[in-house]
Amino acid sequence: MPLYHDEDQAMLADSASQFMAEEGSINKQLRHWRDRDCKDGFGHELWKQFGEMGFTGILVAEDDGGLGMGHVEAGIVLEEIGRNLTPSPFLTSSVLAATALGQASDDLRGRYLPGLVSGDSVFAVAIDEGAKHRPERIKTRAEKSGNGFRLSGKKDFVIHGASADMIVVAARTSGADDDADGITLFAVPKDVAGLSQVAVRLVDSSMATHLTLDGVDLDGDAVIGEVDGGREILNRMLNAGRIGAAAEGAGVARGAMDMTIDYLKQRKQFGKLIGEFQALQHRAAHLYSEVEIARAVVIKAQQLLDADAPSAELMVSVAKAKVSKVAGLAVREGVQMHGGIGMTDEYDIGLYMKRDRALQEFLGDAYYHAERVAQISGY
Amino acid sequence: MADLDTFRSETRAWLEANCPEEMRQPVRDEEDVYWGGRRATFKNEAQKSWFEACVAKGYTVPAWPKDYGGAGLDAGEAKVLREEMSRINARPPLSSFGIWMLGPALLHFGTEEQKKHYLTQIARGEIRWCQGYSEPGSGSDLVSLQTYGEDQGDHWVVNGQKVWTSYADQADWIFCLVRTDKTNKYQGITFMLFDMETPGVSTKPILLISGNSPFCETFFDDVKVPKDQFVGEVNRGWDVAKYLLGHEREMISGAGGGDRTAAIGAAMLRHAGELDPMLRAELAMFDVDALAYSAMGEKFLDEIKVGKAHPAQPNTMKYAGTELNKRRHELMMSAGGSRSLEWDSEETGGGKPSRGWLRTKANSIEGGTSEVMLNVISKRILDLPGS
Ligand SMILES: Cc1cc2nc3c(=O)[nH]c(=O)nc-3n(C[C@H](O)[C@H](O)[C@H](O)COP(=O)(O)OP(=O)(O)OC[C@H]3O[C@@H](n4cnc5c(N)ncnc54)[C@H](O)[C@@H]3O)c2cc1C
Repeated sequence: MPLYHDEDQAMLADSASQFMAEEGSINKQLRHWRDRDCKDGFGHELWKQFGEMGFTGILVAEDDGGLGMGHVEAGIVLEEIGRNLTPSPFLTSSVLAATALGQASDDLRGRYLPGLVSGDSVFAVAIDEGAKHRPERIKTRAEKSGNGFRLSGKKDFVIHGASADMIVVAARTSGADDDADGITLFAVPKDVAGLSQVAVRLVDSSMATHLTLDGVDLDGDAVIGEVDGGREILNRMLNAGRIGAAAEGAGVARGAMDMTIDYLKQRKQFGKLIGEFQALQHRAAHLYSEVEIARAVVIKAQQLLDADAPSAELMVSVAKAKVSKVAGLAVREGVQMHGGIGMTDEYDIGLYMKRDRALQEFLGDAYYHAERVAQISGY
Repeated sequence: MADLDTFRSETRAWLEANCPEEMRQPVRDEEDVYWGGRRATFKNEAQKSWFEACVAKGYTVPAWPKDYGGAGLDAGEAKVLREEMSRINARPPLSSFGIWMLGPALLHFGTEEQKKHYLTQIARGEIRWCQGYSEPGSGSDLVSLQTYGEDQGDHWVVNGQKVWTSYADQADWIFCLVRTDKTNKYQGITFMLFDMETPGVSTKPILLISGNSPFCETFFDDVKVPKDQFVGEVNRGWDVAKYLLGHEREMISGAGGGDRTAAIGAAMLRHAGELDPMLRAELAMFDVDALAYSAMGEKFLDEIKVGKAHPAQPNTMKYAGTELNKRRHELMMSAGGSRSLEWDSEETGGGKPSRGWLRTKANSIEGGTSEVMLNVISKRILDLPGS
């Protein structure tokens, strides 16, 4: 398959681009909610509009009321989200949770997917335990109790946890903390007894929680997939979320780069446009080259995932690592090339820097994924 | 899609039957590369039979029309052939400046007669070409070139000097930029073609830091060039030159895949036995960049076939690809340790690691330097101000 969007995808990109620029703009969404200290960090109105546009159900099967599309399409929406820094629960709900729910029973799919597709429900995922992403180790326990399970443990970096109607929790039903097997995924409703969350605002104004499960009792029908067989679904979910975060990161990189290049064409010093200085031209051109590479590896990994190719796992990590590096470069160069104005809250470039930092950390940073690339490659 | 699947299985079977085992090993040195030309010899029987099978099938230049010695493959088929060849590590049957540089320029600017004549020669590996662009005073600022062709009615008389002319001493013909109007900088250059055996042409090899001597100074002393041996229009050779540079840069970038875009960490571990943790980390970061770049190469080739790539994008590819290749060899030297310093030992195949490492330093100079690539990207893609 060629590494560019086909006609349908190009149409989706056009409509996503127009929609996000109009409805999801920095002033209309990110600054609006941030400046009001919004406890969700995003607007529910916009999330409903995502539903009307069909975005919410991109990865949901047609039989479940979704569009049954793939990661290329989800990535198209995410890249526009990234360019506009649009806060929304798309990545956690429509990519991560939707991927897990796609593997769930008829009952769970019927319970949760309609609300997701319509933009009424918000979902979160609780994977990390500690400040770094290390899903190979899962300590949170789910003990058998009655005809259900009792969950105990702590989770961190649960994005949108406090706004979520349901949280997908990865817990251990057997084995030791570092075992690959023995993981089970649960769909945990928000107001279940024993679940508590401490909400924290992050540097990019998004909201996360530290989540505690203190003997949370769940029926057996809250299990997503097979008991003890959750690792495979977790990996699927992680791949989807990582390539999604990479697509959003590529959008952040582009947004920051475009802003910066515009600025080089406006700002004058020493009687010239600063874009005439070769020192800045070369840095801008280098950045462009890196951003192009990042976008290429994102679509490559998306296509491989959609085709269920064996090399998808490797390329997803390559993409997440590469994008983390490149978006980091884009926002740092962006702030530097703006000079003093780049340090002001009033100017948007700093917002890109903040968002990039959070996205880099989400589901594994460049170091984590480079390590994975080495391991998968056999060294 | 179904057609492509059929094509893939046919191609696979054809390769199975025609590509000898010896030709499915990575290219190790210059002797493994078959350049063609009047004086060419084959290294072994396998090289010969592989080359001849490809010529017969049009696979030395698969995407060129059949009338000119190609196989007339469309973009999808050409990609399948590339994928299938790289799957079994098949070596290119023929490498040449004719395929990478002159051919594309002739396909675009040549007359029907020129195409039939020159392209077929290139496809069959009959004539080896060299590139006469750079001069002692004109490198990055190529358009300032001074080699002059004086109009003598039915021929030009060319005088001047070229430099860094790769393989000039082994080439049969040269494609050469010659000034034919001293009053017009850009529109005063003609893109000429002539035989290196023409009286007045001489070459003098130059030794590189790698200890090899693949390029030359090339002198023209009253060289007579018939008036029909030019491409495009008289005095409009700069257009041809620039178009050709795009293809040259694409070739040097390694966008087509192969060794230059592969990950190296696992091979370095096998080679070195163990890796220092910091080196391993650098290798992992490198592999991320290399694999990401290989996706970029694939995307670029897909896009260029359907006209979606920015026309200046070969400059981006060249910049990123050559900087990456230099880094690759720095890491390979580090992983190899003191063994890779050996200059002519048998164990290193005559100093392949060190000579190869030094050779890569030219990647970001030849065909336009990295700095020039960044200038072009700034101006033509990012549209930044200033001349
Ligand atoms: C291995 C090899 C093979 C080659 N083969 C051929 C061949 O077959 N045929 C042929 O014609 N030529 C060939 N070349 C020549 C090659 O194209 C030139 O070396 C190249 O274009 C650079 O020119 P130069 O060497 O004169 O360097 P210069 O142009 O003198 O550059 C010196 C330095 O100045 C920098 N610089 C120059 N201008 C600018 C600017 N505007 N902005 C910023 N920095 C600038 C350059 O980037 C470089 O770092 C080959 C070169 C090599 C190394």
